[in-house]
Amino acid sequence: MQRNSTFSNKCARYMRSILKNYELYLFVLPALAYLFIYCYLPMYGVQIAFKDYRVGKGILGSEWVGLKHFHKFLGNATNRDLIWNTLQLSVETLIVGFPLPIIFALILNEVQQKRFRKVVQTVSYAPHFISTVVLVSMLTLFLDKNTGIINTMLRFFGAGPFDFMTRSDWFPHIYVISDIWQNLGWNSIIYISALASVDVALHEAARIDGASRLQRIIYVDFPCIFPTVAIMLILQTGNLMTVGFEKAYLMQNPLNLGSSEIISTYVYKMGLLYNQYSYSTAINLFNSVVNCILLVTVNGIVRRLSDSGLW
Amino acid sequence: MIAMKKKSSKPKGLDDRIFDIVALFICALVLLLVLYPLWYVIICSFSDPNAVTGGQVVFWPVGFTMEGYATIMDYEPIWIGYRNTIYYTVVGTGFNLFLTLPCAYALARHDFKGRNFIMMLFTFTMFFSGGTIPTYMVMKDLGVMNTVWAMILPYGVNVMNLIIARTFFQNSVPYEIQEAAMIDGCSNTKMFLQIVMPLAMPMIAVIMLYYMVAHWNVYFRALLYMSDPNKYPLQLYLRNILLFDQMLDLMEGDAEAIEAMTRRLQLRASIKYGIVVVSSLPVLIIYPLLQKYFAKGIMVGAVKG
Repeated sequence: MQRNSTFSNKCARYMRSILKNYELYLFVLPALAYLFIYCYLPMYGVQIAFKDYRVGKGILGSEWVGLKHFHKFLGNATNRDLIWNTLQLSVETLIVGFPLPIIFALILNEVQQKRFRKVVQTVSYAPHFISTVVLVSMLTLFLDKNTGIINTMLRFFGAGPFDFMTRSDWFPHIYVISDIWQNLGWNSIIYISALASVDVALHEAARIDGASRLQRIIYVDFPCIFPTVAIMLILQTGNLMTVGFEKAYLMQNPLNLGSSEIISTYVYKMGLLYNQYSYSTAINLFNSVVNCILLVTVNGIVRRLSDSGLW
Repeated sequence: MIAMKKKSSKPKGLDDRIFDIVALFICALVLLLVLYPLWYVIICSFSDPNAVTGGQVVFWPVGFTMEGYATIMDYEPIWIGYRNTIYYTVVGTGFNLFLTLPCAYALARHDFKGRNFIMMLFTFTMFFSGGTIPTYMVMKDLGVMNTVWAMILPYGVNVMNLIIARTFFQNSVPYEIQEAAMIDGCSNTKMFLQIVMPLAMPMIAVIMLYYMVAHWNVYFRALLYMSDPNKYPLQLYLRNILLFDQMLDLMEGDAEAIEAMTRRLQLRASIKYGIVVVSSLPVLIIYPLLQKYFAKGIMVGAVKG
């Protein structure tokens, strides 16, 4: 009897708090509606990965075929190249592109000239705001075999003209280097603001103990920003397989396809240029699942090692 | 004077001085590496096309000319693209803020029941999505192809921006003020619009910038959902001109004289550089104005929260 009344009391209180804040529910409503339509409705459509989708039959009417499309994708040797290309691109981005903003932030933090620091910071953000289309255009202009500045410079040093954009072996490097150029400054913001909140007393103590600047960076600054580093690392591995479609697609040409065809560009081509809806969705789903597994794994590892993780 | 003395009297080891120089040198190097390509694009756009393709342009414009820009001015597709992109950017950013800010505020309130669950719904979409095709099918069913909705609907709420906004509302807008207003009988809507929003202006400026830049630079959505050239955004035109060399109608007039034709072909080089400048300028002008807010703990709070 009593338990019942406390329960109904609780319910009443709950209802009251909901009623009192009914406006807050209206606040989230538009965003939730958007989320439902644009993010969760497509997830319902993912089932066509296990079906043979026919436009005439609709999603529900199409026939179930189980894992046929997955077998088709994974059973083909050239498709395994796609996975390899994707991994190569994202792992290279991760290994080279991830530590550099951290190092840059640590060094910039040590520069005493405030004005100069500001200028370097502002300028280093600039490329981030350039669109992918413009970036790739700049690459093709700079790397042109006959007229590009890079080849002009190389000629000056006596190295022969290279046709960079059409070479498979160069594609990942061009991709990664231009990515670093575009995002080094931007990705360092987060570390710079983390460094700004490092306790000055720690530095004082270290200085009194006779630590040099470099030692203070390694033993004071870096440990202080480590939680941020860990979270950024997890977030980035969570996107390992979704490496940028836009840029890779724009950089593609028939000659470098051997290494520039990655999963996301293949998904696009299969789906929208060749209308193989089910097959394309299946590849995408495979990709998403691998991604989620990676995310959970890396998060687990980081948690075990350092006690800081996404969840 | 006193301050100077103090500074110089501070003991500084040789190691530290070497370190200073190395740090300065590295930063200068980064500055140079970032700036030079941008500078090179600018000087090429003002240079004589022959000098550009001949590799003579290095530090300053060679054979200063505005010919490239004059041609761009007369080239209609660029301006159709410009017009469309401005339209999509303004409408899209308004739509983004309308969705993101109230939602972020509600999710920041501790007395909002169900906020963790709703947050989870959002976070989940960061790592798992339906994929290109199912999304495409939904968009098709909604019948928004070739409308402004096709450009703004796929980018309604960016979860990262939502988290940034929520964290800011939570940590940087004092809850005491809100409580006091509540006791005075202020409704949630009034509180959000008149008390919280004015206090959150730095964050709103940053988020607005993120959304604007994203709208300005997008081309994939247009590639998927837009087939009417009159509705193409700037980036799609840029792709066609810069990467696919579709500048045929740019070269009007009789191309009979070989000399005139090569001249026009050569002009392409400086036109391309000019188009890069023209299309990137608005964004590159806006961001330094808002730059001071970037590092103000807005980002770091978001990641820690």
